[in-house]
Amino acid sequence: MSDAALRGGTPPGVRWRLRGLSRGFPKPSALPGFGITFGFAITYLSLIVLIPLAVLVARAADLGLDGIWRVATTPRVLAALEVSFFISAAAALVNAVFGTIVAWVLVRYDFPGKRLLDAAVDLPFALPTAVAGIALAALYATNGWIGSLFAPFDIKIAFTPLGILVALIFIGLPFVVRTVQPVLQDLDRDVEEASATLGATRAQTVLRVVLPALAPALLTGVAMAFARAVGEYGSVIFIAGNMPFVSEIAPLLIVTRLEEFDYAGAAAIATIMLALAFVTLLAINALQSFSRRRFGHA
Amino acid sequence: MRNGALSESPAVRRTLIALAVGFLALFLVLPLAAVFAEALRRGVDLFLAAFTEPDTQAAIGLTLLVAAIAVPLNLLFGISAAWAVAKFEFPGKSLLVTLIDLPFSVSPVVSGLVFVLLFGAKGLLGPLIDDWDFKIIFAVPGIVLATIFVTFPFIARELIPLMQEQGTAEEEAALTLGASGLRTFLTVTLPNVRWALLYGVLLCNARAMGEFGAVSVVSGHIRGLTNTMPLHVEILYNEYNFVAAFAVASLLAGLALVTLVAKSFLERRYGDQLARAHRH
Repeated sequence: MSDAALRGGTPPGVRWRLRGLSRGFPKPSALPGFGITFGFAITYLSLIVLIPLAVLVARAADLGLDGIWRVATTPRVLAALEVSFFISAAAALVNAVFGTIVAWVLVRYDFPGKRLLDAAVDLPFALPTAVAGIALAALYATNGWIGSLFAPFDIKIAFTPLGILVALIFIGLPFVVRTVQPVLQDLDRDVEEASATLGATRAQTVLRVVLPALAPALLTGVAMAFARAVGEYGSVIFIAGNMPFVSEIAPLLIVTRLEEFDYAGAAAIATIMLALAFVTLLAINALQSFSRRRFGHA
Repeated sequence: MRNGALSESPAVRRTLIALAVGFLALFLVLPLAAVFAEALRRGVDLFLAAFTEPDTQAAIGLTLLVAAIAVPLNLLFGISAAWAVAKFEFPGKSLLVTLIDLPFSVSPVVSGLVFVLLFGAKGLLGPLIDDWDFKIIFAVPGIVLATIFVTFPFIARELIPLMQEQGTAEEEAALTLGASGLRTFLTVTLPNVRWALLYGVLLCNARAMGEFGAVSVVSGHIRGLTNTMPLHVEILYNEYNFVAAFAVASLLAGLALVTLVAKSFLERRYGDQLARAHRH
């Protein structure tokens, strides 16, 4: 394209500016290449993401709202959605507490091995979920390193809902740490000093000055961890035991429906999960724009 | 700052550090250590023997092939999308950016499902594809498609914020001096974003090689043919062949470690040339 443009009469910048002016899309610019890059990006996005997702929604729409409702309220689907929903929420709460502590320690304190620990936080992003799944199952089984510590107390972790909780804590942790950490880093120490000058104890300052400022970021991180946990599959199925009504997660039920060639049933459960993810995404966006308005950063 | 009102007491400090280190050790370090410990449990010979299996070698080959297709395509998309979004103003831009991130909020299983609904035997285009005697689902093309879907946003989301921040002044200067559009991109824009590009490629590649859920739905798990490494780990594990399962898993864990090391190196060394979110 560039060679032709070089040899041709009109310099590319001018050509694009003229075209931009005539269409108003994009706004006039001296830079070339909008047409080809925008065109390719939109085509690729449509082919890979938008059309396939539209097909899923269309498939579910065939069932109608009452059809989806009927699928959603069959006892087994309802149980799986409940397992996914509640255990994801519990894992997000655990991560809210420990993720904040980890972020706090990484930002505010110095100790040996801190950089290593900081890098390790991203492990769940980098480690393939199947590897995490079998590793956690091996660790938390009754004969595993950790599971054997609980076995004498008759507590089973792997192959019970507790195992699902462990896996979802694992995959959700970096979301909380990585959203809280930068906000904590940018937090103005002046307000803490002001609070101390006014006679607040350290605990009061942390609880009433620092934590409220962290709250939007923390909520965003928790929502992201929750959204990821609801859809998680690889790390969970190895440690869950996958008992219907007890430890069967919604994504696994989709796979089961597909293996039975019940495409409509699979699409219905998938649509419910998609709707759930969409609502969470909206909540995250609302939180972030609130946070930007209130604190000047997301 | 030894003022008690401005920082925590040493006891609180130590407790918090112990809590954080303990939590990370329990949930991150131990699982990683367990992978290698289980892989080497019966000695190095059996560990190495796992890799002489033809099915394992086929799985490694397929994983490399899938990543070799998915990553460059998403790279091309990432550069195109970033150029259009960051260097131009047009209505609907924020919607486009939101749509690019969409695959991140879709469950991996659903990511695979959409392609089964599209190309499966009872899918929308299934009969058509059958006529052509071409298989997508339960074959390599489906695995590639599902992988492209789940790794779709990685490179674009690294480039877009950075290129937006960098503006268009340098490119405009190059064009004014007579450089062609392509030359401007190659000699001005690309050097400015090379580390962010590498960062995105690293993350994209790690996910492409490690994806399990989406690929599992479209693969059909045919040994030696449609088995990627993560799927092969599952098959070996379900056959109680734990040493081999963890041996293959250790290879993937090694990949994750290399990715993490390279990623934090980029963040420390070239942090100022990455998207703002990765600057420490």
